[in-house]
Amino acid sequence: MKFQRVAALTNKEVKKTVREPAVLFMIFLFPVVFVLAFGASFGGLGAAQPVYTLGVVNTDQANIANSTQAFMGALSDTKILSFQIYVDNQTAQKDLSQGKIQAVMIIPSVFSQSLVSYRAAPEDPSKWINVTVSLYLDKGSVVATQAIPPIIQQVITAFTDKNQQSASTPISLQIASLIETKKVSVFEFMAPGMFTFASIFLIMMVAQSFTQDRENGMLKRIRITPTTPTEFMTSQVLSYMLIALIQAIIVFAAVYLMGFKPNVEFSAYALAFTLVLIFSLSNVGYGLITATIAKTSGAATGLSFLFVLPQLFLGTFVGASLSSYAQIVSKFVPSYYVTDALTSLFLRGAAVTSPTILLDLAIVSISCVAILAVGIILYAKYYKI
Amino acid sequence: MNKYSIIMERVVKRFEDVAAVDGVSFKVANGELFGLLGPNGAGKTTTVNILCGLLKPTSGSAFVGGYDVQKESAKVKELIGVCPQETAIYPYLTGAENVELFGNLYALDKNTLKARRDMLLVKMGLTQDAKRRVEKYSGGMKRRLSLILALIHDPQIIFLDEPTVGMDPQSRRAVWDFMGELKKEGKTIFLTTHYMEEAEALCDRVGIIDHGRLIALDSPKELISKNEVENLEEVFIKFTGRNIREEL
Repeated sequence: MKFQRVAALTNKEVKKTVREPAVLFMIFLFPVVFVLAFGASFGGLGAAQPVYTLGVVNTDQANIANSTQAFMGALSDTKILSFQIYVDNQTAQKDLSQGKIQAVMIIPSVFSQSLVSYRAAPEDPSKWINVTVSLYLDKGSVVATQAIPPIIQQVITAFTDKNQQSASTPISLQIASLIETKKVSVFEFMAPGMFTFASIFLIMMVAQSFTQDRENGMLKRIRITPTTPTEFMTSQVLSYMLIALIQAIIVFAAVYLMGFKPNVEFSAYALAFTLVLIFSLSNVGYGLITATIAKTSGAATGLSFLFVLPQLFLGTFVGASLSSYAQIVSKFVPSYYVTDALTSLFLRGAAVTSPTILLDLAIVSISCVAILAVGIILYAKYYKI
Repeated sequence: MNKYSIIMERVVKRFEDVAAVDGVSFKVANGELFGLLGPNGAGKTTTVNILCGLLKPTSGSAFVGGYDVQKESAKVKELIGVCPQETAIYPYLTGAENVELFGNLYALDKNTLKARRDMLLVKMGLTQDAKRRVEKYSGGMKRRLSLILALIHDPQIIFLDEPTVGMDPQSRRAVWDFMGELKKEGKTIFLTTHYMEEAEALCDRVGIIDHGRLIALDSPKELISKNEVENLEEVFIKFTGRNIREEL
């Protein structure tokens, strides 16, 4: 393989992206404009109401009259929460940081004593034992952050004061994560998905590029030169990886300007950009599959949405509002794992070596390389490279 | 090296039921300017595509520079320069960038590439426009640039598929002169055209192809004199009963 040929073709492809207004818009400007506009205006949550998993660390040793079980039963009756019991907060926090659970609730050591004190003298706060139930939320889930606290607060109130006559109770809810860090905006929840979002449009660009070059005889002309199929495909993959990297930098700059400033180490950024680069392989693959099916560049534009839309709706920030069924389907698109990993890195503060991140990285790598391979094989089968 | 640059032996190429090339055999000697004449759809481009290794013949064999075009296509690609019928150039690159791209695809070193680029741009009258993007070129300029791309690596065997189609008379004359220079340099040129006057003026020998069959093969002078006609146009009419221009 001659690097001179690969470099020349890569250079050509990058020049095309920069010089053709339509390509430039679709690859760089459209994602940024869309991200800024959508991010600025997106204020609501989806209607979907899945069950959230609440990690529970019960430090109430006394547990008078099975109070904690009764409290958890009351929470369970809401049909919105399920439980995962932890023996210590550290283990629970680890799972929270990897997105395995949506919140951690710490039941204080004198929880049941507090209930007993309240029920013995409901109208005399001086005799109450005041306690605080601490709640840590998944900062990577806008739905969890906004949905779980009111549910728990409501249940605490109803459970403590069954007649709901008192203005206050000795049990208060403290949302630990939101107290410890600044409030996370809806836009920030979406930011990780926006990195994934931008790269998805490469599918359309690859499909158009290959069909156009086929239509105007350029691919045939390159085949007449000593350029090998391996050199040609390597140049294409490198070009689009480079474009994806530039995209990611531009999108990062845009979301940074919009206020998304994750407090993470350099290794998290390095892994995030690596994930986007690996993800671009699948988009080249989908682009090649589209170019195989499409006879013309016009058809390629339309057909590319067969791959763009599922990746977009199932695997980016749009996914925060998906129904439970759609969330199951989303497990079959690579973009879901990229967004999940980026969310864990940037919002949940997961370590780059945490099992969830490594699993996401493995799934993204394997699936993207496989999709690229399928794309190359299919294209080469029907149109010589 | 073999005495012949190009050899086709009983080559057949079928597309489903249609024989685009039907048992064609000929040899082109080293340094010869050979013309393949025929109307559109006669099989000229299919023949060129087979010789370049782009199409696999249904049967028969083809050799270029002594190499089997199917089994040793990598060696053939190093030897040949091809100017295809369609003006295949990247419109978003400048003329010079297109030339440099193809020079790099042939792995030319930097100095050679620069020297060849500048020389060919001068010969084709494109130096002034070399830094303009090709999308702003006229049709004739694109054709001339396409010819440069085919010649950037100084190939020994050159395939020119209808190189002057759509050119103004001035551009066509420049290309004719350039082909003459290439011939003087000892290059083997395989030219396809449906311009009889072009073949008559330039070619050492011509083959006339119609419906995929090679129906005549000789020098223009011999073809004209043997058939007792005035020009190649009339030779074509004599063999096919039709005027080549009726087919266009």
